[in-house]
Amino acid sequence: MKLKHLGLAVAAMAAATIGNAALAQKKYDPGATDKEIKVGNIMPYSGPASAYGAIGKAIGAYFDKVNAEGGINGRMVKYVSLDDGYNPAKTVEQARKLVEEDEVLLLFQTLGTPPNSAIHKYMNSKKVPQLFVATGATKWGDPKGFPWTMGWQPNYQSEAKIYAAHILETKPNAKIAVLYQNDDYGKDYLKGFEDGLGDKAKTMIVSKLSYEVTDPTVDSQMVSLKASGADTFFNITTPKFAAQAIKKAAELGWKPAHYLNSVSNAVGAVLTPAGIDNSIGIITAGYIKDPTDPQFQKGKEYDDWVAWMKKYNASADMKDNFNVYGYTVAQTLVQVLKQAGDNLTRENIMKQAASLDMTLPMLLPGVNVKTGPDDFYPIEREQLMKFNGKTWELFGKVYGR
Amino acid sequence: MNNADRKWLWIWGAVVLVALVVLPFLVKNYRVFQFNLVLVYAIAVLGLNVLTGYNGQISLGHGAFYAIGAYVAAVLMDRAGIPYWATLPVAGLVCFVLGFLMGFPALRLEGHYLALATFALALAVPQLLKFKKIEGWTGGVQGIVLNKPDPPFTFSLFGQPLNPDRWLYFFTLLVAVIMFLLAWNLLRGRVGRALIAIRDHPIAATAMGINLPMFKSLTFGVSAAFTGVAGALGAVVVAFVSPDSFTVFLSITFLVGVVIGGLASIPGAIFGAIFIQFVPNIADQISKSAPWAIYGVFLIGFMYLMPTGVMGMIHTVRARLRRGAARPSGQR
Repeated sequence: MKLKHLGLAVAAMAAATIGNAALAQKKYDPGATDKEIKVGNIMPYSGPASAYGAIGKAIGAYFDKVNAEGGINGRMVKYVSLDDGYNPAKTVEQARKLVEEDEVLLLFQTLGTPPNSAIHKYMNSKKVPQLFVATGATKWGDPKGFPWTMGWQPNYQSEAKIYAAHILETKPNAKIAVLYQNDDYGKDYLKGFEDGLGDKAKTMIVSKLSYEVTDPTVDSQMVSLKASGADTFFNITTPKFAAQAIKKAAELGWKPAHYLNSVSNAVGAVLTPAGIDNSIGIITAGYIKDPTDPQFQKGKEYDDWVAWMKKYNASADMKDNFNVYGYTVAQTLVQVLKQAGDNLTRENIMKQAASLDMTLPMLLPGVNVKTGPDDFYPIEREQLMKFNGKTWELFGKVYGR
Repeated sequence: MNNADRKWLWIWGAVVLVALVVLPFLVKNYRVFQFNLVLVYAIAVLGLNVLTGYNGQISLGHGAFYAIGAYVAAVLMDRAGIPYWATLPVAGLVCFVLGFLMGFPALRLEGHYLALATFALALAVPQLLKFKKIEGWTGGVQGIVLNKPDPPFTFSLFGQPLNPDRWLYFFTLLVAVIMFLLAWNLLRGRVGRALIAIRDHPIAATAMGINLPMFKSLTFGVSAAFTGVAGALGAVVVAFVSPDSFTVFLSITFLVGVVIGGLASIPGAIFGAIFIQFVPNIADQISKSAPWAIYGVFLIGFMYLMPTGVMGMIHTVRARLRRGAARPSGQR
């Protein structure tokens, strides 16, 4: 509601400045005018995944800031964010509302693999950008098959390749055990990991076991993995199972070099229940700055973020990483819209999204956003970090393309 | 019902029919899609109402039958290339058999215990759909993406063409009318009275010669079949199925629809469906921070104003009007 008032107020201001640009060549698709750009979004504000709703609100708060500072090329961003409760059937309904009724220029940051899968075909048949979706599945980067869809965060496969590269560098003769969730997500990671190890995958991976989301525990898998004699462990599990695996390894007295997928690297939800002492030394990967990490709590970049949080997103939690995520992904879209200039057609939006090369303030140093006509994976670099008993500590170089 | 009443019924019937036919051409595509969902939910709610409203058995697991119906349709369309309309009877049949089997334990379980047993079903089905042995059929967590059926012929009304959504609207409407007529036929006669008798006084019902086990199991089967057909239609309309579409919450939503519409009322299912389709959207528009709190307020408000559901209220109002109208004529 607040957003709407703001939009109206600044739209009046913008109307005064339109005269200047009237001569330039302007091209619009539905959702773009001289005054505003309509951006649609679908988030689980309700239901089991409602914690992610913070991202949707952070994005709205960032657009508030952009609008208050004059908009993008003189146009206000009108952000229409709807709730799907993480129910794919509802996602279809909401996507159709945004495209057919609200007539947005593009969909941005729709969250979750199942919801995005549900509208994947629809968006591409309607030729409406499904931009920077909030899921790490590898299938979003398929410019040939689905030219209107693009991911944003590092995909599962490229993250797994980073762990593989680190193992090859530090322990070329490692004997690796892998535990993975038997679904798309688990298989995505496993494929990336095996591709990363290349020819040596067959000899290095001594044991790989899977579990079902429906399994009560992964205890028996952990016993077998330990028995395989592995000295390195790649843990591809969702939070509940990650905690079980870490705990069981400690109980068994198994101390491999432990790589944990970033899906489960939350300290509060995973490492604390697994036992902080059991978690020391675990390695994972990251790409955005953790606002609770003292090494990032200084400098202009952090101050800007704090100022934005205080002014536009005051009700949100300063410790919540989703607010860094939302801030950063919104900046990516703002850059795309800036580059598009006065040619606000859906085709040009995709063209601009596929020609990005930049860094953003709250990305880790060395991590960048880079795309090309054949590269629909914006962020592919990550840095490894090790748990020191308190926080994740970054180490080593930045990996990835 | 006297002649004047009957005449009015025909007139109103004709008006409603014309409105229903013209409606999809007056609104945007996306609204048509929402109407399709309302019709689908109405069939599902009707199915649950047969069980809960008429027979007094509480089910928290009808989302599971909806899911099974949806998957039967999706797998048949996707893997076997069977046309969408032919999947509906299959989905109904499969759910009838499963519902009938589920009805057996229901004979031993009463009230809350039955509710919990069906709740377990609702919890289990989405996870079973991810089972890896059947992944080749169900597509695992990815689900199955379907193609929308094209209309068999084309024409335009008010400059709006008959596109896939509008065609599906008429198809869904036809199926809904058939399902409602079936339910009406089933419930207005001996079977309906037997179901109500079982609900109100099982011992007396047995004494009157009603075969309790048979009736209860069959009711479960019929109820599941209705919901299964709705699920299959839902899959065709949404053109996507995945395990996450059918969480426990769906089952509870259907129960909400039954209670809001009015227990043991056939037309009530339509009002229940309208509620479960549109109120969450309204709640979302009011507040992004606490849509469920707003939804809760709506729910409590409805229950406070209409404790017997929408149809219950309509009956009360009509009865009051009748009484008011009857008095002066009686004095004459």
